[in-house]
Amino acid sequence: AIPVRSSRLPLLSDAMPAPAHLFPLIRNCEISRICSTVCYCHHKHLCCLSSHFAHGHFRYAPQKKFATLYRPKENFNHFIHARDYASTPQRFYLTPPQVNSILKANEYSFKVPEFDGKNVSSVLGFDSNQLPANAPIEDRRSAATCLQTRGMLLGVFDGHAGCACAQAVSERLFYYIAVSLLPHETLLEIENAVESGRALLPILQWHKHPNDYFSKEASKLYFNSLRTYWQELIDLNSGETTDVKEALINAFKRLDNDISLEAQVGDPNSFLNYLVLRVAFSGATACVAHVDGVDLHIANTGDSRAMLGVQEEDGSWSAVTLSYDHNAQNKHEVERVKMEHPKSEEKNLVKQDRLLGLLMPFRAFGDVKFKWSIELQKRVIESGPDQLNDNEYTKFIPPNYHTPPYLTAEPEVIHHKLRPQDKFLVLATDGLWETMHRQDVARIVGEYLTGVHHQQPIAVGGYKVTLGQMHGLLAERRARISSVFEDQNAATHLIRHAVGNNEFGTVDHERLSKMLSLPEELARMYRDDITIIVVQFNSHVIGACQNEEL
Amino acid sequence: AAGMFLRLLSDVRWQAANPKWRRMTCCRRSASSTAEPHPVSLPAQAQVVICGGGIMGTSVAYHLSKMGWKDIVLLEQGRLAAGTTRFCAGIVSTARQVSVELKMADYSNKLYQQLEQETGVNTGYVKTGSISLAQTQDRLISLKRIASSLNVMGIPCEIITPKQVAQLHPLINIHDLVGAMYVPEDALVSSANVSLALATAASRNGVQIHERTSVSHVAVQKGRVAAVETDRGEIKCQYFVNCAGQWAYELGHSGEEPVNIPLHACEHFYLLTHPLKEPLASNLPTIVDPDGRIYIRNWQGGILSGGFEKNPKPLFTEGRNQLEIHNLQEDWDHFEPLLSALLRRMPDLEALQIMQLVNCPESFTPDMRCIMGESPTVRGYFVLAGMNSAGISYGGGAGKYLAEWMVNGYPSENVWPLDLKRFGTLQSSRTFLRHRVMEVMPLMCDLKVPRWDFQTGRQLRTSPLYDRLDAQGARWMEKHGFERVKYFVPPGKDLLDLDQSKTFYKPDWFDIVGSEVKCCKEAVCVIDMSSFTKFEISSTGDQALESLQYLFSNDLDVPVGHVVHTGMLNEKGGYENDCSIARLSKRSFFMISPTDQQVHCWAWLKNRLPDDSNLTMEDVTWKYTALNLIGPRAVDVLSELSYAPMTPEHFPSLFCKEMSVGYANGIRVMSITHTGEPGFMLYIPIEYALHVYNEVMNMGQKYGIRNAGYYALRSLRIEKFFAFWGQDLDAFTTPMECGREFQVKLEKGMQFVGQEALLEQKQNGVYKRFTMFILEDHDTDMDLWPWWGEPIFRNGRYVGKTTSSAYSYTLERHVCLGFVQHFDEKTGEELVVTTDFINQGEYEIDIAGQRFQAKAKLYPFSSLFAQRRRKDEVELSGYQRE
Repeated sequence: AIPVRSSRLPLLSDAMPAPAHLFPLIRNCEISRICSTVCYCHHKHLCCLSSHFAHGHFRYAPQKKFATLYRPKENFNHFIHARDYASTPQRFYLTPPQVNSILKANEYSFKVPEFDGKNVSSVLGFDSNQLPANAPIEDRRSAATCLQTRGMLLGVFDGHAGCACAQAVSERLFYYIAVSLLPHETLLEIENAVESGRALLPILQWHKHPNDYFSKEASKLYFNSLRTYWQELIDLNSGETTDVKEALINAFKRLDNDISLEAQVGDPNSFLNYLVLRVAFSGATACVAHVDGVDLHIANTGDSRAMLGVQEEDGSWSAVTLSYDHNAQNKHEVERVKMEHPKSEEKNLVKQDRLLGLLMPFRAFGDVKFKWSIELQKRVIESGPDQLNDNEYTKFIPPNYHTPPYLTAEPEVIHHKLRPQDKFLVLATDGLWETMHRQDVARIVGEYLTGVHHQQPIAVGGYKVTLGQMHGLLAERRARISSVFEDQNAATHLIRHAVGNNEFGTVDHERLSKMLSLPEELARMYRDDITIIVVQFNSHVIGACQNEEL
Repeated sequence: AAGMFLRLLSDVRWQAANPKWRRMTCCRRSASSTAEPHPVSLPAQAQVVICGGGIMGTSVAYHLSKMGWKDIVLLEQGRLAAGTTRFCAGIVSTARQVSVELKMADYSNKLYQQLEQETGVNTGYVKTGSISLAQTQDRLISLKRIASSLNVMGIPCEIITPKQVAQLHPLINIHDLVGAMYVPEDALVSSANVSLALATAASRNGVQIHERTSVSHVAVQKGRVAAVETDRGEIKCQYFVNCAGQWAYELGHSGEEPVNIPLHACEHFYLLTHPLKEPLASNLPTIVDPDGRIYIRNWQGGILSGGFEKNPKPLFTEGRNQLEIHNLQEDWDHFEPLLSALLRRMPDLEALQIMQLVNCPESFTPDMRCIMGESPTVRGYFVLAGMNSAGISYGGGAGKYLAEWMVNGYPSENVWPLDLKRFGTLQSSRTFLRHRVMEVMPLMCDLKVPRWDFQTGRQLRTSPLYDRLDAQGARWMEKHGFERVKYFVPPGKDLLDLDQSKTFYKPDWFDIVGSEVKCCKEAVCVIDMSSFTKFEISSTGDQALESLQYLFSNDLDVPVGHVVHTGMLNEKGGYENDCSIARLSKRSFFMISPTDQQVHCWAWLKNRLPDDSNLTMEDVTWKYTALNLIGPRAVDVLSELSYAPMTPEHFPSLFCKEMSVGYANGIRVMSITHTGEPGFMLYIPIEYALHVYNEVMNMGQKYGIRNAGYYALRSLRIEKFFAFWGQDLDAFTTPMECGREFQVKLEKGMQFVGQEALLEQKQNGVYKRFTMFILEDHDTDMDLWPWWGEPIFRNGRYVGKTTSSAYSYTLERHVCLGFVQHFDEKTGEELVVTTDFINQGEYEIDIAGQRFQAKAKLYPFSSLFAQRRRKDEVELSGYQRE
């Protein structure tokens, strides 16, 4: 029934037989779904790549945030290259172990340590993972426990126009948040320690995958900016206890401000100078969770998303979104942007669902192209290193650019009191949400974490069931959940589904294998970088806290 | 079935004497509140209060009352036999690995058999026999080993072929079997009814039974049980027995003086079916299929089948106010592997209709053996719990031993493997227990090969040198929570991984240990032996000497700086502990005991030392790292490091001196090695441990020093005929029986514990004798290796069992140590064992059914070790521990 397999079919040709008129419909969110349907019809038709497809592909394929802006030529080259590659005679599939090693390369798990069998934290632990589509990946993730205050910080960062900004934010943001949360005395103590050269109190305990690196070269610069921030906080001493929401907003804004300032001031060291400019000219969204007991705060800037997994009384799973996407689909965001600029600009502000027709997220770190005045941009670029001047993108000034800033890093903060039925939190970049509905995410993670698919537990009750029937039933159920046991990490499991799901919502190995064996240059057309953190909550502790409060 | 009427029992003094109690309770239910009898109030005091009305509590009450103790109150928080006992599968199986467990099961079987006649309560006892199946050759070997020990105990048992299995049981698929063990006298009972029968008999003997009475805690005064607090008032008492099953841990911790009872419950599942079309006969043998992890018995014409899955579900028992057992959920998905195994074993059952999947909790302990005995911290506080799902098999015997223990002060068998005091506080962490029971429950069915180790709850106690040794290739085993080196894998050499190295034959470390032994013989080795229990006993005056002279059999009034090997004996002259004591000064002593003596020895001495503030005893185990320098060049290494002459003229054997080694001062150096080889033990204050170790290794290089582990030590000590407490020696072995008369000073000028018994033995002779056996026709490469517990035959007749064994690299033979008894050929009566009796016999050792010729020796081959006579003479058959 599958004669095609033996033919010398290029990899991409799976997508070919689809009627040409479909292609204009392909969007970020659609591509995978269409892909899966065309995979199913490829047995019937044989044809080769049409130029039509190539064009359609350039215009509509998920070319991330600056889709139409640059590199069409490059892409075409890639395409030609891909064709060469694809027409090589061997058609190869990744074996399940190969698939697993790719999926698991970046997985990380952290379990909050127990003390004598008891975990007093409301967090049991978290799983995180990343699957790159860009090379190198532009997503970043961070997780840390606050040591001087209570609580845990977790965040995902989606970079665009390079990874520099996402990298910087992933290294720095939690320090800004932690400092914002610190009481006056602790700040004083830290400042005095720095002043007198004593050892510093550790502020954060990081939970990092070996691939999550910190820039050594910039640490001094970053530290100095941070120190200036806490010195100002000390001087400002409001005497009031810090409100988490306020602290989060301040930290986000301050860091973005520092990024901008560092780029304006520059650095005598040429490497650092180029670094701070790359950070400022690239951009990143951030979605950060702060968990302290039953208090969960989500601070979000951009289009990553936080979602709470809730287990209903009947055991089923539902999703509660704890962040608003800052993009063109969010009416309030569009309103906000329009409010902030003169009426005359109104029709140019949002074009093709992008800010100024260019940027998909409506809030972001960095991206000084959307924040600085034209004069400032020109001045910095001219005085900057040659590499910066050679880059067409940095030199390009957005059209209709009259009243900057058009972009802000200020987050929207949502506070949620955790309840015993709130079992987990998923933080993920848009790479996940483009391919999966939140309801499916809640179900898949929930079933993974509890180890049971939501299939009614079997009870024999008064029915007549024989051992043989029961055995058959159980074997069938086990086969269904066996995919769960392949993964030791909830985030990995979710990625497996996001990339490998067929239209029936189950993982199709063949599809998974194809998606993962796409050459670097093509991967980005079929999927985006995916970064996921799944935080598991401790319902016992949350229940106990709740009772105390009652 | 038993549950039906149990549920009807209500809150009254239990009138078991009334034979019509069943009907009576039924009536009571129908009459409900109108005829509610008044609960009988609790007595204000009693000699013994037993908490728990399951099989354990009722068995203890039964045996205590039989032994003449009458003033006993048994309290049950819910209803009698309503806990694990009610759900128990009711299989009485004698196929046990540990000898004392085997004896308990055998006794239980015999007790239950006559219980119905004795009490009039129907116990449902049916002698069905049991068949344990082997799917692999290794499994068959382990069954053969059990069969050997059952046979010499007089319990009928045979190894049968798959075909014979099919003849005994019509439903079994035998295609994947290699053999089986048939124990025809194993039985089935209704466990709840057995428990009720025991309660009935106890009640007739005067035991008061109160249901619906829960114990809140035990009040302690001056380290003794004073009273029991219940929800219905207080009972003053002298003895308390904790038979609270899965709640025993919490109950132990509820008082102000906590009693650590390390056990944790797991969910346990079994299946009940409707009867077959042609109902199964009630005498059909019970099937145990350990490779499939299941057991199957006939049950009311259908079957009852459960098992021990690989992924157990530990139960959370926090808050012990639950009356009886939760209604635990049936979990079919969890049961699936066991159901598969069942249908594979009995394919014809496919069409059989399910009745119920029962989920009942079972308590498991950290080492798979039950917990029995007196608390080391509270006198009069006894415990019997943690049956590892063999409660009904052990119930009778365990209750008997505990009753004997309470009445006589000691049980009639060596129960050290089950003694509560083998555990300390270190095993009572909840996390430890949860992790360990997850390992223990699957182990119930796993193959137990020689030298297996637990994998969970590890790296708890370690020497400061742990990381250093680990980096050098150390492989570890654990004793009393302490990590100890087995051997060192040389760089570049790969051993099999854990699963594959499980073997009954020659293990893969054979050559590695051989080279360590060779180094001990020819050069010098270092073994980290920090796990030893170390106490310091000192006083302002002569109190320490006087007390120790009374408690130990050897003469401790030696010049300062001498080390004495001595037993700590009980009244019957048996070894409670075997130790080395160094006299540090006129008034202070340093005592070294085996690792697992930490709790037992402490309690023993605490209870017997005079209550004198001028006499102090301190546990200094954690303060010292112990390094054993073994080998002829140890003397050179140490003298170079200390700038002091260490030759025998300057540092005679059994000598102890504080000296400096390298930069470190205050190192206690003793000229003993626990192996009979020349060398020294170094007791190093832990902060100097790394320094001294580094110095020793650096200096030792030119003498060919290397690390060694306990396997080498074991081989050395066994070929030198050194007995080891806990393995060879126990509370039922006297120095006279193991050739250690020279370690006893009967005439030391004062009385000591056990003196009378020893004098009597000296006069009348001994009834067992510790003997060394050299296997003659045993092929090390091809034959099964001995382990311990192998039957010994003299002129074809069973005379005893081995207690330990090792390969001697010097003799190039296996050496087994064990005890020889002399049973009268006609009456079976025990006779005195003389030297002639030992020497004039042809011996064979039975390893898994195969007999090997052995040469018996009462003294080690000193000629082989002639070049090292110097040491042997002093330490000869002296002493050793692991």
